[in-house]
Amino acid sequence: MAEFTLPKHSKVQKGKIHPSPEGAERTKTFNIYRWSPDDEDNPRMDSYTIDLDECGPMVLDALIKIKGEQDQTVTFRRSCREGICGSCSMNVDGTNTLACLKPIDEVKGDVTITPLPHMPVIKDLVPDLSHAYAQLQSIEPWLKTDTPAPENGERLQTPKEREELDGMWECVLCFSCSTACPSYWWNGDKYLGPAVLLQAYRWIADSRDESTGERLDALEDPFRLYRCHTIMNCTKTCPKGLNPGKAIANIKKLQLERH
Amino acid sequence: MPSYEITDHYFDVVVVGAGGAGLRATLGMVTSGLKTACVTKVFPTRSHTVAAQGGIGAALDNMGQGDNWRYHMYDTVKGSDWLGDQDAIEYMCRNAIPSVIELEHYGVPFSRTDSGKIFQRPFGGHTVDYGKSQARRACAAADRTGHAILHTLYQQCLKHDAEFFIEYYALDLLMDDDGVCRGMLALKLDDGTLHRFNAHRVVLATGGYGRVYFSCTSAHTCTGDGNAMALRAGLPLQDMEFVQFHPTGVYGAGVLITEGARGEGGYMTNSEGERFMERYAPTSKDLASRDVVSRAMTVEINEGRGVGPNKDHILLHLEHVDPATLHERLPGITETARIFCGVDITQQPIPVLPTVHYNMGGIPTNYHGEVLSPNKSDQNAVVPGLMAIGEAACVSVHGANRLGTNSLLDIVVFGRAAAYRAAETVQAGATHAPIPAKATEKALQRLDHIRQAKGKSTTAEVRLQMQHAMQRHAAVFRSSQSLTEGVEKMDNVSAGMQDIGVQDQSLIWNTDLIEALELDNLMSQALVTMRSAEHRTESRGAHAHEDFPDRDDKDWMKHTVMWLDENNKSRIDYRSVILNTLTNEVESIPPVARVY
Ligand SMILES: Cc1cc2nc3c(=O)[nH]c(=O)nc-3n(C[C@H](O)[C@H](O)[C@H](O)COP(=O)(O)OP(=O)(O)OC[C@H]3O[C@@H](n4cnc5c(N)ncnc54)[C@H](O)[C@@H]3O)c2cc1C
Ligand code: SF4
Ligand code: FES
Repeated sequence: MAEFTLPKHSKVQKGKIHPSPEGAERTKTFNIYRWSPDDEDNPRMDSYTIDLDECGPMVLDALIKIKGEQDQTVTFRRSCREGICGSCSMNVDGTNTLACLKPIDEVKGDVTITPLPHMPVIKDLVPDLSHAYAQLQSIEPWLKTDTPAPENGERLQTPKEREELDGMWECVLCFSCSTACPSYWWNGDKYLGPAVLLQAYRWIADSRDESTGERLDALEDPFRLYRCHTIMNCTKTCPKGLNPGKAIANIKKLQLERH
Repeated sequence: MPSYEITDHYFDVVVVGAGGAGLRATLGMVTSGLKTACVTKVFPTRSHTVAAQGGIGAALDNMGQGDNWRYHMYDTVKGSDWLGDQDAIEYMCRNAIPSVIELEHYGVPFSRTDSGKIFQRPFGGHTVDYGKSQARRACAAADRTGHAILHTLYQQCLKHDAEFFIEYYALDLLMDDDGVCRGMLALKLDDGTLHRFNAHRVVLATGGYGRVYFSCTSAHTCTGDGNAMALRAGLPLQDMEFVQFHPTGVYGAGVLITEGARGEGGYMTNSEGERFMERYAPTSKDLASRDVVSRAMTVEINEGRGVGPNKDHILLHLEHVDPATLHERLPGITETARIFCGVDITQQPIPVLPTVHYNMGGIPTNYHGEVLSPNKSDQNAVVPGLMAIGEAACVSVHGANRLGTNSLLDIVVFGRAAAYRAAETVQAGATHAPIPAKATEKALQRLDHIRQAKGKSTTAEVRLQMQHAMQRHAAVFRSSQSLTEGVEKMDNVSAGMQDIGVQDQSLIWNTDLIEALELDNLMSQALVTMRSAEHRTESRGAHAHEDFPDRDDKDWMKHTVMWLDENNKSRIDYRSVILNTLTNEVESIPPVARVY
């Protein structure tokens, strides 16, 4: 009989418990995924109980409080704390989101925090996003034109043409959507994923861009585009309320129209 | 000290920072054929520029008001309360126009006018015809202009194959014995290795240091690392007493509501429902300069006319603005108000409070981006090998108070200028002069000292003490007493650095260590800010001194420059303000009293 062993580091153990401070009346427990590459240990879930009366409203506030007061070694990315930089994407209570936009009181019971799913973890809540960034670069996400720009003025674009970009250019590249997509989990090496496809469509939709054909050619591929099976987890999870699923549908529609 | 292994890299230029300033410089350097590295502690599009909302200033005159760069220059000089250098201001306002058009050509998704041009909105302190009427000069991409610009600049850098070193934390400048900057040492976050960048030019584009205060609109990463690196390299910082409080930070959360909200028709009221700005700035009202508005709000609150149970904030109204306008032009702050204060801006006012927002002070430079270190014989002496741009720099185009939209402009114009200058002055591929071993040694010692720190206080505790001291003693209004006490308190707080402890011993993504290093950087800037403020016995722009309420051009129309040694001893000196313009196509604007 074949013996199975789980891949290294796939088993998550119970970890340390950090109790609530004395006298706290309104407490909440956060179970946080911990893993460090420095030792051979399996990942564990450490638990931290905090006083909500002494904490800001968002999950990121809680993480910062935990790092400041209970455990300096808890590791996560953060910068703007207002949902615009895309640093603090992680899985909170089963959903990929931005910790700084996620109110603590939206979570019933304990709050479980794990890194974005199915990405290599560098440490604790910090995933390695280099593959996703490389995929972004692969779609050539910049304005491409043959016509030279007017010498002393802007390229003109009507408000209506400009409106076509709304809901796409605002993407903060947090990759919550891509890492919520089963197709991306299993085929992420070749499938571009919703975040990158949204950017691809952002340029296709820009009236100033002159390489739509070339862009569509590059996406005409069983993996890069067509691994999308319209599961729509992407749109459901996007913490910025964007709709990458629709952008992908629009690309597919344009592909059909070309044939 | 354990021995640290170091990897050497050789570049013509190394740019530290990938915000708007760093990326614009990198793009210019790469396209002019210089081998350039862009080193950044966060992924480029996560830099704080991404949070800029309202717009970038340029007198494009797309709204048909007859705007031109001379008016822009006048507004900027007046906004600066005559502490800005007029040669640099002329350079910025003239070059605003081609620089913003260039951004559009790069692909920035600006909002548009009906004729398809870049949309421009009103902002505080922007006027046509030297103060006569409100100008529409802020070029906007809805209320996410910084995001639009930063992402586009990153895309352009990708297009031109710029070399990025992402999530590398710059530790220190490497100077040789003659005071020439030869490179920079950085820690790679994901594996803890050390990297020495040898370069003919190091460009500091590391942004502001808002996090010395408790409540600020700036990101957690705004720790002014480059400013502190300059101090440690024996260089001074300039005009650090000038800290801008933005009138409309969200009460409690501190996140920003753009001045563009008032540009689109918003106004503020006190507890009596009065539009109090009409009393303080009869012409410009809610769109007076930021220092003026923040002071007015503070006076209202201090005199008991604040709103809320503690009468400690002000209300910003947008309920009367057409919902279609809010949807099209202010979608970002609509979302921010909903998420951070549960307010539907079409129905309710937003609770706001003046909040630390921008640092006018920084590393002194000329308008080419070259760093200056004044000495006895030359107050404009250039530090060879070193440049600084963006919020880290003090060119000085903002003087004592920055106008809204002039920072996005500053970062783009001077990022571009630095690239031109480097292209002119650096010989691509030239051999690198050796970096003295003791320069690296010194940087490593600091790193190791903090890494091994075993004290009893946490970084978070000491940081909070610093932030409270700054918030209290270097506030919107200052007085001799508050500043004297502040200086003393900051001396004590900074002594607390001796007692911090770093618990995470790993070298991989060690944010415990990084936050301690950042705190060390913040601390030196807090000291310089407080001490520079204590010295300035006048009121000018953002420095409002209750015991010296007037501007004193005779004694104080000059830039503060302050050095800080390793024992936290400071030395202060002054540089004269440059009143000469760059060309004779515009006349110098003589100082007059500032009314809005
Ligand atoms: C909320 C908000 C809204 C604003 N809105 C406007 C506006 O509408 N118009 C306007 O003109 N201005 C606005 N400003 C001001 C303006 O956005 C900033 O002043 C400007 O973006 C600063 O750009 P920068 O490139 O100098 O620095 P940043 O964008 O802060 O970038 C700093 C860079 O340096 C890097 N860095 C820092 N330290 C290190 C280190 N030790 N090692 C490696 N890398 C390092 C960071 O990774 C980052 O890439 C706003 C500011 C805020 C806070
Ligand atoms: S579409 Fe939404 S979830 Fe996906 S990367 Fe962009 S902001 Fe994040
Ligand atoms: S910290 Fe910037 S998105 Fe959360």
